[in-house]
Amino acid sequence: MAEMDTSGGGGHKKGPGVKKAKKLSTRVDLTPMVDLGFLLITFFIFTTTMSQPTGMRLFLPKDTEKPEEQNKIKESAVLTLLLGGNNVVYYYEGTLLPDASNFKTTTFKEVREVIINKKKSTDPKDFMVVIKPYKESTYQNVVDMLDEMTIDDIKRYAMVDIAEVEGMLIDRTAGVPAAAAPATTK
Amino acid sequence: MPKHKVSRKGTSVDMTAMCDVAFLLLSFFILTTKFKPSEVLTVVTPNSVSTKVAPENDVALITIDKDGKVYLSISDKNVSEKREIIDIVATSKNLTLSPAQKSAFARAGYYVGVPFSKLPALLGTPAESIKNIKMEGIPVTDTLNNELQIWMGAVKSAFEGKKLEILVKGDNASKYPSFQGVINAFKKNDLMKFQMITNPEAVPMGSELSKRPRTATPQ
Repeated sequence: MAEMDTSGGGGHKKGPGVKKAKKLSTRVDLTPMVDLGFLLITFFIFTTTMSQPTGMRLFLPKDTEKPEEQNKIKESAVLTLLLGGNNVVYYYEGTLLPDASNFKTTTFKEVREVIINKKKSTDPKDFMVVIKPYKESTYQNVVDMLDEMTIDDIKRYAMVDIAEVEGMLIDRTAGVPAAAAPATTK
Repeated sequence: MPKHKVSRKGTSVDMTAMCDVAFLLLSFFILTTKFKPSEVLTVVTPNSVSTKVAPENDVALITIDKDGKVYLSISDKNVSEKREIIDIVATSKNLTLSPAQKSAFARAGYYVGVPFSKLPALLGTPAESIKNIKMEGIPVTDTLNNELQIWMGAVKSAFEGKKLEILVKGDNASKYPSFQGVINAFKKNDLMKFQMITNPEAVPMGSELSKRPRTATPQ
């Protein structure tokens, strides 16, 4: 502490006529300074950006027309995830059946379970996830799904343009009135 | 009687230690703080578990705002590349641009979000009033007239032989077709590698990734 010992040594009183010099304290009131300090701290805490944005890498495959260059995948080992609007995920395993009986609905929270289940039941060598974002889906949905691939440690996944049939199926399942009406008359 | 004088203790607390701590923290925050550059485009980026910090130099940044409009900007340090890009674009689209308009593109923090037909007008706008302009975005959703493809072609040839990082900064709420258009523009130019800007997020507990040692994560 920056304070001098002013208490005096032995306490000897100087004679009755000698006036005691007034002891001025060397202490400074630091309270306003501390106030100011903390005010500035609060300001900098709120304005600072500690977390820098991160980059998520994505490698695009080359589009090829030649069949011999295309990757061949086993039908049974494929899980297709369709990203619909309103954060809904549709999925089917293998190929889409004509009656769409294997077309199922899930959410982004529960899709991990679906992926893990499929991953466990298939040969890791063949396992492949196909992501098909529908036009209703948002950028966040796409990034979340790509992130999900990293989280679930999926080695092979691809982003593919959605087929027209699948888009219609999503519209029908989502209950878009215009699309639902002709579907029932069929 | 030696003790009949009760020593009176002051109620004031010693503030020195507290003051020390306060200013230590203050200097820490002053030094670590980095002010967010005032962004004209407000984009809310999604979260991901990626831990790699996004690069800042040699960057071509494609921004997708919440309405799906697409903007292009080049990092501030690459002034010569910027000039080359605008030259290439001007020649390929037969736009007559004055040297002043061309150097407007090379200005720091400049971004383009208009079709080619409106580009000369945009480049002619002085820097002060650029914030008031409502840009309509680079057209990408039309597969036959994907203007970003021409831009990316120019970017690619300007950065020929140099390091180029392509960043996509999309808004959470933007719809997929514009992102698809951006990807198509990359693919057409054989730019197969890009990064998406995200906010860091913790790896969910018990997931496959969290079970693996962190060092083995391929990026």
